[in-house]
Amino acid sequence: MLNYTFDWSIITSGQYFDWLVSGLITTLKLSAISIVMAFILGLVIAVMRMSHNKPVRWFAHIYLEFFRNTPLLVQIFFWYFGSYKILPTVINDWLNKTGFEFAAAAIALTIYTSAFIAEDIRSGVLSIPKEQMEAARSAGFSYLRSMQYIILPQAVRITIPPLVNQFLNLAKNSSLAMTIGVMEMTYQARQVESYTFKGFEAFTAATVVYLVLSIVITAMVNLYNEKVLNIHKAA
Amino acid sequence: MITFKGVHKWFKSLHVLNDINLHVSPGEVLVVCGPSGSGKSTLIRTINQLEPINQGTLIVDGMDLSDKKTDINKLRAEVGFVFQQFNLYPHLSVIGNITLAPIKIRNIPKKEAEEQAMELLTRVGLAEKRDAYPLQLSGGQQQRVAIARGLAMKPRIMLFDEPTSALDPEMIGEVLEVMKDLARSGMTMVVVTHEMGFAREVAHRVVFMDYGVILEEAPPEDFFLRPQHERAQQFLRQLLTPMQAG
Ligand SMILES: Nc1ncnc2c1ncn2[C@@H]1O[C@H](COP(=O)(O)OP(=O)(O)O)[C@@H](O)[C@H]1O
Ligand SMILES: [Mg+2]
Repeated sequence: MLNYTFDWSIITSGQYFDWLVSGLITTLKLSAISIVMAFILGLVIAVMRMSHNKPVRWFAHIYLEFFRNTPLLVQIFFWYFGSYKILPTVINDWLNKTGFEFAAAAIALTIYTSAFIAEDIRSGVLSIPKEQMEAARSAGFSYLRSMQYIILPQAVRITIPPLVNQFLNLAKNSSLAMTIGVMEMTYQARQVESYTFKGFEAFTAATVVYLVLSIVITAMVNLYNEKVLNIHKAA
Repeated sequence: MITFKGVHKWFKSLHVLNDINLHVSPGEVLVVCGPSGSGKSTLIRTINQLEPINQGTLIVDGMDLSDKKTDINKLRAEVGFVFQQFNLYPHLSVIGNITLAPIKIRNIPKKEAEEQAMELLTRVGLAEKRDAYPLQLSGGQQQRVAIARGLAMKPRIMLFDEPTSALDPEMIGEVLEVMKDLARSGMTMVVVTHEMGFAREVAHRVVFMDYGVILEEAPPEDFFLRPQHERAQQFLRQLLTPMQAG
């Protein structure tokens, strides 16, 4: 280790650079797709969790407890090794064509994170005064439409700091996808390390990528707040 | 327009509405008053089924509220409700508050809905506030926007639950003016209020409630000058002293 000589050129150009870039792109794709799906699914589960229909509410409750309390790695393995046994053949065929590892990782990340997002959104909804629901209902909106147009937009605003946290966790957790062979950032950094023995450089690159990714996600959510949600005005 | 026949309602063991019989005709302005906790809010909230009734018959604009088949969302779209605390949608601008239901429920094109909203805003004297957010407005302005929001659905009935009770005294007048205009335009209105000036000027009838019972029902001049029931006399005396009844 004392004789270790740094050689950044290995990772800034040529084949190994290309590996890292392709890893970066996979990480970005995996994170972006999973974040969007986890957010939508989280919204749906949150609404189901608060439904007046008992079976629906209980389904959401079990979903939340189950997926929040089992390790993500186990869930990734479950979707990768176990899901083809329970999924219909059509879906399996399609998954095999589109890259089964990637799909399994995306599904696991989506479902795992959606459970946390749903709980965050639910506490956001509970913090909206009940008069807002009354105002919406008395205007003639159904329960679900009231949620859609009046309650959730306000709840999501309140929920933004914890949501950003969940998005960041998801981006970092996406590195676990390497365990099933998804060639994302961490996977490629390890590849570079095992070919060149330049582990320090390779993992520094990976670290920087995750850091920049975090900063970008935070900035994008802030931008969304200002441009789309008009938070600064409504505050 | 609105008919209560032997209506009862309980909150657990609390008998909040006790044998309510009441009829409101089209174009009539009815004022409901009574001490705090007497059941005024509950009464007015049953009219658009924010509170369901437990017994009796309630017919609103030809729809029977005790019938499970009645489309409650359709009924509510026909009945405007103005709350004591305004309850505007804080995440939407003034114009967004007013146009949301017309666009989403009545499927009116956005441009048309906004034109109608501007007419209403002009009517309540707030045209220049179209792009403001509720929390940037005074209480009086918020309540006027809330009235415009209710009117945007072209309701057949407007309900008001103590619309001026949460306002600073200097803002009460501007809201009452809007409501008086509305009353004179022939809108059917049920108004829970202790504003006797409003009742005298535009109400056709005043109803006095206590302990969930309608104790007195009379034209405003009779009610204010010759209240029959001892509880009503006591209530009016309290209203006239600085210590306001709830
Ligand atoms: N949701 C509720 N649950 C239980 N009790 C209620 C509820 N709403 C009102 N009450 C009670 O019913 C009575 C009548 O209330 P309300 O209709 O609000 O009276 P008012 O508007 O005349 O002040 C009060 O005693 C109040 O505490
Ligand atoms: Mg009340």
